[in-house]
Amino acid sequence: MVAVENVTKLFSNKAGVRDLNFSVQKGEILGLLGPNGAGKTTTMRIITGFMPPTSGTVRVNGFDVLEQPLEVRRRVGYLPENPPLYGEMTVAEYLSFVAELKGCRGARKKDQVDKVIEEVSLGDMRGRLLDHLSRGYRQRVGLAQALVGDPQLLVLDEPTAGLDPRQITEIRNLIKNLAGSRTVILSSHILPEVSMICQQVAIINRGRLVAQDTPENLSKRFAGFSRLEIEVKGPREAVEKELNSLESAQITVIRQGAAPELHRYIIDMDAGRDIREDIFFAMAGRGWPITEMAVQNASLEDVFLELVTEEDNGRETRAQ
Amino acid sequence: MGVLVVLKKELKSYLTSPLAYVLTVVYLALGGYIFSVILLTGGVAGMDAYFHNMSVILMFLVPVLTMRLWAEEEQKGTSELLMTVPISTAQVVLGKYFAAVALFGLILLITAVYPSILFRVGSPDTGALAAGYLGFFLVACTYLAAGFFASSLTRSQVIAAVTGFCILLALWVINWAAGAVTGLTGDVLRALSVSEHFKDFTRGVVDTTHIAYYLSAVFIFLYLAVTAIEKRNWS
Repeated sequence: MVAVENVTKLFSNKAGVRDLNFSVQKGEILGLLGPNGAGKTTTMRIITGFMPPTSGTVRVNGFDVLEQPLEVRRRVGYLPENPPLYGEMTVAEYLSFVAELKGCRGARKKDQVDKVIEEVSLGDMRGRLLDHLSRGYRQRVGLAQALVGDPQLLVLDEPTAGLDPRQITEIRNLIKNLAGSRTVILSSHILPEVSMICQQVAIINRGRLVAQDTPENLSKRFAGFSRLEIEVKGPREAVEKELNSLESAQITVIRQGAAPELHRYIIDMDAGRDIREDIFFAMAGRGWPITEMAVQNASLEDVFLELVTEEDNGRETRAQ
Repeated sequence: MGVLVVLKKELKSYLTSPLAYVLTVVYLALGGYIFSVILLTGGVAGMDAYFHNMSVILMFLVPVLTMRLWAEEEQKGTSELLMTVPISTAQVVLGKYFAAVALFGLILLITAVYPSILFRVGSPDTGALAAGYLGFFLVACTYLAAGFFASSLTRSQVIAAVTGFCILLALWVINWAAGAVTGLTGDVLRALSVSEHFKDFTRGVVDTTHIAYYLSAVFIFLYLAVTAIEKRNWS
């Protein structure tokens, strides 16, 4: 449905995006995740054709954004970071205007407006001036505007930013329900939100794509087995020495356990190596019972922080 | 179709904002004063002096009328809507421009009361009046296009108005230097001036050269506006 290939966007005065490559399948919800200023908005503006990339191509349903912009625009509903509202219009007037801009006339225009008002539950607000709406309702009108004309692709830039918790839940549910057969790209800097709504996550940092996968796979792939917490009954120094002698294990923290002879060890494993069995046999061999062993599965949050801080601090500080 | 949709919306927002009414009142008040003074002191049943004076006053009023046309869209972020719906930038620009022209046309219609007064008190030259109105309308169209261009350059309406005024002033006075230089340069300067081309209209002469000048100027300014709008997201 959407194919972003080698997209680079350079700005004279601020960071853009570099060599972005990702794709979204039909019917999928993709979350663009990244800290503020990572290039999410730029990416979305390029996909919608609002700004051209410096190099690279973006295709929506096979249409090139630069070559056939109108064909692309016919298929895309876009909610910018700030909903593009005309304060002097009422909700119904505004949505009719957007419908007309998108080429809906007569009966179809009326149907479309009624349909999107229904979809985002704005029925009571039809006649209200946009200037008099609260932030949450403005966001809904923005969403309704994107939905007008039945676009196959929805591009939503920070759809829940600036809303209160109840409104956030409402908008999230709305997006989930709306998705259906539509393809959705949404951006967010809030992790739980993305893992809750999206089937695919693309993490962007400093204008580069650091990872794209399902939320589950991302957690597994990047941090799955890397940390182990065990509790062993035995003399502390000896156990520590024994553990450190194992290949690819590194003790980071040692804490006193519940009983005097119990100690808890947090061990970092080299990525991709599972040394739980080695630890078991080593401890068993010396007659020190393992009273507890737990794998700390990194959450998506950890992965995100890991990826993002890695980029931020560069290699030198990672070495510590 | 896209042009019409934008025109309709734009005209509506003009007619629901106080700015258009304030400008209309100012224009009609100043125009009425100038018309009366000329008629009473000069005693001539013609409008050439009126048109000449009003085209100077328009230089101040038009930038205020056009300043919001694009700058406001940038400021409010609604440009992001207009630039991502399936209509071209040219259609948006034309729609907005024609809305401004239509609004000015409405104001001009009200001033039809002046010729009717002239016909009561004297026997004015109908041809000269018609030519004067045509020329004046073309001058206004050029101003509106230049004002639109100024608005397309910035997101600040104040800067748009000031820039617009500077462009109009430059176009008005550019031929003043023509007297100082001889030959081709002088001719070119004269040919670029809005006021120079307007002179013949007030004498009742409709020359296609002058019409072509104004239409080209409108085209160039609108083209520049489209380019400015499309390019502003490029870097």
